[in-house]
Amino acid sequence: MTVARFWRKIPNRYNLIGTHCTTCGKHYFPPRTMCPTCRRDGKMEAHKFQGKGEVVTYTVIHTAAKGYEMQAPYNLAIIKLDEGPSLTGQVVCGQEEMEIGMRVRSVFRKLGEESEKGMIYYGTKFVPE
Amino acid sequence: MRDVAIIGIGCTKFGELWDRSFRDLFVEAGVSAIEDSGIQGEEIDSLYVGNMSGGRFVEQEHIGSLIADYAGLASTLNVPATRVEAACASGGLALRQAILSVASGYDNVVVAAGAEKMTDVGMDTATDALAAAADREWEGIMGATFPGLYAMIAKLHMHKYGTTSEQLAAASVKNHHNGTMNPIAQFRNEITIDTVLNSNMVADPLHMFDCSPISDGASAVVVVAADIAKKYTDTPVYVKATTQASATISLHDRADITTLDASVVAGQRAYKMAGMTPDDIDMVEVHDCFTIAEICAIEDLGFFKKGDGGRATEAGETAIGGRIPVNTSGGLKACGHPVGATGIKQAVEITEQLRGTAGKRQIDGAQVGMTHNVGGSGGTAVVHIFSRNR
Repeated sequence: MTVARFWRKIPNRYNLIGTHCTTCGKHYFPPRTMCPTCRRDGKMEAHKFQGKGEVVTYTVIHTAAKGYEMQAPYNLAIIKLDEGPSLTGQVVCGQEEMEIGMRVRSVFRKLGEESEKGMIYYGTKFVPE
Repeated sequence: MRDVAIIGIGCTKFGELWDRSFRDLFVEAGVSAIEDSGIQGEEIDSLYVGNMSGGRFVEQEHIGSLIADYAGLASTLNVPATRVEAACASGGLALRQAILSVASGYDNVVVAAGAEKMTDVGMDTATDALAAAADREWEGIMGATFPGLYAMIAKLHMHKYGTTSEQLAAASVKNHHNGTMNPIAQFRNEITIDTVLNSNMVADPLHMFDCSPISDGASAVVVVAADIAKKYTDTPVYVKATTQASATISLHDRADITTLDASVVAGQRAYKMAGMTPDDIDMVEVHDCFTIAEICAIEDLGFFKKGDGGRATEAGETAIGGRIPVNTSGGLKACGHPVGATGIKQAVEITEQLRGTAGKRQIDGAQVGMTHNVGGSGGTAVVHIFSRNR
């Protein structure tokens, strides 16, 4: 991912800022410019999530994504935030601790890196609450 | 809308074809489909080609022009050629576009092809190119891989319905068995449940043998207006339904992670269009990019109740000779998965079955068949129903 592409979403990635539609009241993360429920009638505003939620499902990835080789095996989960939306993120804990339904909270962490000289991605991961 | 029929099919061998280039493959598939149909190049009104990622796999875009050129359809005939992309559903969608162009009355004779050359790059580049079918900014960047996304579907399916690793493996064992009878299949060897369970863990609970391979290959079909089909062949295969549905690109935005909404909706639309129910289908080629994908597909398409797919697969209900044979070609797992070619290959297999030329894989008395092609983790699904009868 290029610097500009990563940089423009830094507030969302670092601080878990998504969007809230004031028309229907739904929350969205990742952020959206258009409400999928209200479409053009929706009015979107930035919303900072509390970062607490539960694991809907998970996996332990052994064959890593490009740039994440050094971290394997790592836990990847779909997490449903208490405000409603679900997102994909890593859970930092032992594999044996992972469980569907477990409570987690967000933490600021290094996500990955492109190479020794390349960009380092920071963002949000989760830990058991 | 006019009725449409398939009158010609062609397929290269699928596999790691290091001595063959991208253009070699699609020319071979296209020529064999055209020869099989008996049409002449001058009769071709247009060409649609499914290709997911020529740019990443062979650093080549503008695939339509390339294919028309090397198929001898560009320099003097100037046949319009359009590339269609919907990740792993690119082939199915190219077929759908070809069918629609004939159904609309604009074209009479159209070739739909699909091609992918995946082994000219290393495994890490190929895996990363495939990861582009998911949301790069909010799934990929978090460390999600494609097996990882389907692994999360599998984990929840196991949790909710008691599906087991052995049941997932049974889909792979069955598809390998079917592949032994398919001359174009990448893998033509039998495996056992233990082969799957003892293979490397890729993303828990999916082992390497739960995953479809990286493959090269191309396939093509010739579609024409049904009214002129008998001019070319005694055994046209009629298109009874062509449908498509979109769903969220990200897995995490689905209401139920174990249901591919796009498959459900495309399936329902297809049954409605054909005036049929799942009971009318004699065999189906589903998108088994992973074993769990086959389990979800046979549920989402209405062949089994949600949660019952694993048990049914283990019980042999989807084997040749079972209640509803699934992936007689060997599926993506054993036949191979050159992503752009897969959706067309599914139609080639169903055409073989309906013509009665599927050899040892033949389903006795096959009258109606279905294909199901998925893009990404379910952002796109394309479904077709074909019949021997108009």
